[in-house]
Amino acid sequence: MGESNDDLVVRVTDLHKAFSGKVILAGIDLELPKGQCLGLMGGSGTGKSVTLRHVIGLMQPDKGKVEVRGKDLATLSRQEMGELRKDMGYVFQEGALINWLTVAENLALPLRENTKLHADEIEGKVQEKLALVRIPDAGGKYPSEISGGMKKRVGLARALITDPSLILYDEPNAGLDPEISRAINHLMRDVSDELGVSSLVVEHRVECLETVADEVAFLLGGKVHVQAPVDEFFNHPDERLRTFLGN
Amino acid sequence: MPSPAALPSSWPDLLTGAMVLSLVYVAWNLGGLRHFLEETGERVGLFFSICARIGHLPKRGRWFLSQLYAAAIGNLHVVLLVGLFIGMILCLQTGIELARFGQQDQIGVLVATGLAREMAPFVTAVVLAATFGSALAAELGTMAVSDELAALEVMSVDRLSFLVLPRVAALALVCPLMTVLCNAIGILGGGFVAQAQLGVGWTMYMDSVWVALESTGEVIPLPKDVFGGLLKAFCFGILISVVSCHSGLGARGGALGVGRATSRAVRDSTIAVIISNYFLTWLMYQA
Repeated sequence: MGESNDDLVVRVTDLHKAFSGKVILAGIDLELPKGQCLGLMGGSGTGKSVTLRHVIGLMQPDKGKVEVRGKDLATLSRQEMGELRKDMGYVFQEGALINWLTVAENLALPLRENTKLHADEIEGKVQEKLALVRIPDAGGKYPSEISGGMKKRVGLARALITDPSLILYDEPNAGLDPEISRAINHLMRDVSDELGVSSLVVEHRVECLETVADEVAFLLGGKVHVQAPVDEFFNHPDERLRTFLGN
Repeated sequence: MPSPAALPSSWPDLLTGAMVLSLVYVAWNLGGLRHFLEETGERVGLFFSICARIGHLPKRGRWFLSQLYAAAIGNLHVVLLVGLFIGMILCLQTGIELARFGQQDQIGVLVATGLAREMAPFVTAVVLAATFGSALAAELGTMAVSDELAALEVMSVDRLSFLVLPRVAALALVCPLMTVLCNAIGILGGGFVAQAQLGVGWTMYMDSVWVALESTGEVIPLPKDVFGGLLKAFCFGILISVVSCHSGLGARGGALGVGRATSRAVRDSTIAVIISNYFLTWLMYQA
């Protein structure tokens, strides 16, 4: 930590959130420096995905502050939030692809809606991103015709289509077999290295975070219990963390 | 203590008013009335948000046409079948009574007027609420619980313009079109019954139908009753689609939530159609 504001892509300060009286987040503090990948780990219901949804502005905090690129999300208008999101990508747990659009149309949607790019340019960008996630021939298929692993790749390609500098991943390995999980993890690492994007990854699986994360935070009781660089994190002496990791 | 004679003469009204206020107070505190008013307010807000985006419709042409196709072609057979039998029932019920007074030659007037003013728009709206409205709510509800709506928001895609506008516009157009067909097939069905069961000849029946429908409006050169029915159908189409889309967009909690949203959409849009039908009738024929 200790980076200047310019070096921080995301800063979460004292984030609180409760649903129907049940406290989920009880003062989360996080910082994501530019070009880094921060992993969020923790048991079910510890608020990992909720934290991620606050960062993209899908949820409003009960208390605390979320800043993305120095802008406090609570102070942004809907239009300003929309502009900020154009530089952010979000990979949903189940892909969240629009079922009645083809894979190519899913990828093209944000460009068609928010840019004045010509159809040929959009088509070019779609092909480029499909090639990047190594499914160049999937453009004509519907989401119902592709596997879970391919949906994750399409979700990643869609998140990358606007060339964002920040990507948020919500359990990218959920529901995938180990082989496809490994492929997705390496893809995420490649995307980070090649495109220099910053990322926030919510994940349970140790292998995923070992591959993609530079630093990992362990959430417990609605707070960050341990945060450390990835090498130290998985050998950390904290007993609760060691129990969680099964060490 | 005042004697009963000293009570103001309006005391029964005051008592009724106090009882109504008490009921409103209880209903409000139980949450039901408050929830109803909140939901109604949100739906009115959604309607105005859609009106503000009407200029986006040319951009949504493809989705508009696909919704038009789903609403019209997918439900045409149901509307035709129901319309046929509604015309037959209307003819039989009124024809039996008219025959007692030797007035069965007027049966076409009653069938045509009844269908055009009331039955065709109402029955079409109820069929569309149960078929297309429920499908709208289920589709949008599934999108809501599977994070597709969140994905649209994250991509800065205006979901009202992208999802709701084409559906509302399609049903606002389909409902009057289907009402015309329901009118036509209902009148035909009435004609079959008039000839087969009431002994009224086809020519006499159709003559009385034309008599009933010949009075045209001053502004719009359409039979007044037909135009009134189509205007109702247009309003019903908007009501059903707005209520159904609102229910779908608000779905929470997986498959159970989608099921609840769908049933709420059919229930609320049917109630909205019935209540608005009264006020539209009052505006068109009484005011």
